[in-house]
Amino acid sequence: MRSRGLFARTALVVGLVFLYVPILSMIVFSFNNSRLVTVWDAARSPTLRWYVALVHNQQILAAAWLSIRIAVVAATCAVVLGTLAGMALARFGAFRGRLLLAGMTTAPIVMPEVITGLSLLLLFVALEQLIGWPKGVGAVTIALAHITFCMAYVTVVVQSRLAGFDESLEEAAMDLGARPAKVFLRITLPLILPAIASGWLLAFTLSWDDLVITQFVAGPGSSTLPMVVFSKVRFGVTPDVNALATIMVLLVATGIAISTVWMRYRERRRERDLQLAAAANL
Amino acid sequence: MALLARLEPGGADRVGDGVRLTQSAGRRLVTGIPTLWLLVLFLVPFLIVFRISFSEVRLAIPPYTPLISWRHGAPELELHGSAYAFLFTDPLYVSSYLYSLKVAAISTLCCLLIGYPMAYAIARSGAATRSLLLMLIVLPFWTSFLLRVYAWIGLLKNNGVINNVLLYLGVIHHPLSLLQTDFAVYIGIVYSYLPFMILPLYANLEKHDVTLLEAAADLGARPLRAFLAITLPQSFPGIIAGSLLVFIPAVGEYVIPTLLGRTDQLMIGRVLSDEFFENRDWPVASAVAIVILLLLVIPIMLFQRLERRELEAAK
Repeated sequence: MRSRGLFARTALVVGLVFLYVPILSMIVFSFNNSRLVTVWDAARSPTLRWYVALVHNQQILAAAWLSIRIAVVAATCAVVLGTLAGMALARFGAFRGRLLLAGMTTAPIVMPEVITGLSLLLLFVALEQLIGWPKGVGAVTIALAHITFCMAYVTVVVQSRLAGFDESLEEAAMDLGARPAKVFLRITLPLILPAIASGWLLAFTLSWDDLVITQFVAGPGSSTLPMVVFSKVRFGVTPDVNALATIMVLLVATGIAISTVWMRYRERRRERDLQLAAAANL
Repeated sequence: MALLARLEPGGADRVGDGVRLTQSAGRRLVTGIPTLWLLVLFLVPFLIVFRISFSEVRLAIPPYTPLISWRHGAPELELHGSAYAFLFTDPLYVSSYLYSLKVAAISTLCCLLIGYPMAYAIARSGAATRSLLLMLIVLPFWTSFLLRVYAWIGLLKNNGVINNVLLYLGVIHHPLSLLQTDFAVYIGIVYSYLPFMILPLYANLEKHDVTLLEAAADLGARPLRAFLAITLPQSFPGIIAGSLLVFIPAVGEYVIPTLLGRTDQLMIGRVLSDEFFENRDWPVASAVAIVILLLLVIPIMLFQRLERRELEAAK
């Protein structure tokens, strides 16, 4: 028993080191003065020169701004569509088209991205021929593509959150005569709000990070940040990308920390409310 | 209001019907909107890919032959198998498919061998450390995939971190060429997909009843035997789910082999992309995609069944 526990724990530590060493190496070398990136220039490091270079790089700034706008739109639309799909799958029992909807929401999660990207581009081309819209590819088609693969993730998150709650609260409200829209706003929505929030963050991250699908449905003048980064690193390591990575890791870590604290706070408040309600009933 | 109406004699049924009516209309909207969206932007696109895979390339916009052509005033169905014929006669494609399947299979196995003990250790740790550990596993997933793959270039290249450390320690005297090898691709895939293996495994292992293991120990079973007889068979659904989550996307992986992999042997995702962007041969790119889908259709359906069962079990 003990020896196996030791083995698993050692594997866990080694695995975590494996997960974090590359990230840490990027952070360390983002402060390295040398252009050779992986050769530490002890005399003139640490330095912030790559961060300065980064904030003066108009191409990267413009791409980042485009990526942020697309990610906000994509995450917001994906949350609306994904919540509807998650509700339907978790609460509506066996409706017509259930299997189809369930299949179409899980398939994009594992589908190789080159296939999704190719098929979406061919759709946009066919649509333009057929109805004259969308006019060429660009930010709009990127957003449409991102909404589609992001909503699959949101659906899963919302659906599994709903599956964890029984329907008695919603049924009680219905029995008391509340209309479905009201039941949704007053009962279901507050219950799944944490799932919606984490679904939005997940969708934002996926959209912000996507390269392969975006490359297919992007046009001239609509280069997102991952596209710019990819074209830079494809032919070797560049130090300012390390600085970019460090900034992103810091932002993500802060975001995760804040959302964890917020969710703990909400859970605790819910538990306290439940206890108070139980006490009031006594 | 509805509650008051129900109190009136005969009012209950009327209002009930009204509620049910709006409910069914609302339901139709709730199911209809996402279904319609996915039909148009997920399912129909595959049909278009399928249809274009039976075209031939031509110099026009769009660069493929139409499905129906008009000859002497009569419609004629144009179906060409040339893209598929090309796929199976040129050895480049067959070897890329086989190479992709091999890389995906080996990477999945490595993910499993590394991820299983990690998931096991997390599932057996205390509640407080458990959520911290899970956060540590998920955190890299939230940082950019592309940048994490890029980080390995800096570690693996000839004057990279690993070679510098090994040279400094005197383990080697000449830098090893690690980048642009199969090894680098395995590292990249295992590194990027490891959380996808750990999470379903953890979700499964966490539910196990430890008293079974205690009973086995009481009956004199050695830990390894108890593990093989009890834990391993019970964790089978987690193993399958994690393996599919790694294997299916890995087969079509594009970024990792492009940044870290060999230049003499391409993976099929790269071939598809090159066929489309470099050669501008949309029919062949479509045929490549259709054949990948055919190879993956059974794993994808298996994954969907597991996912459905998992969500229904949560109820």
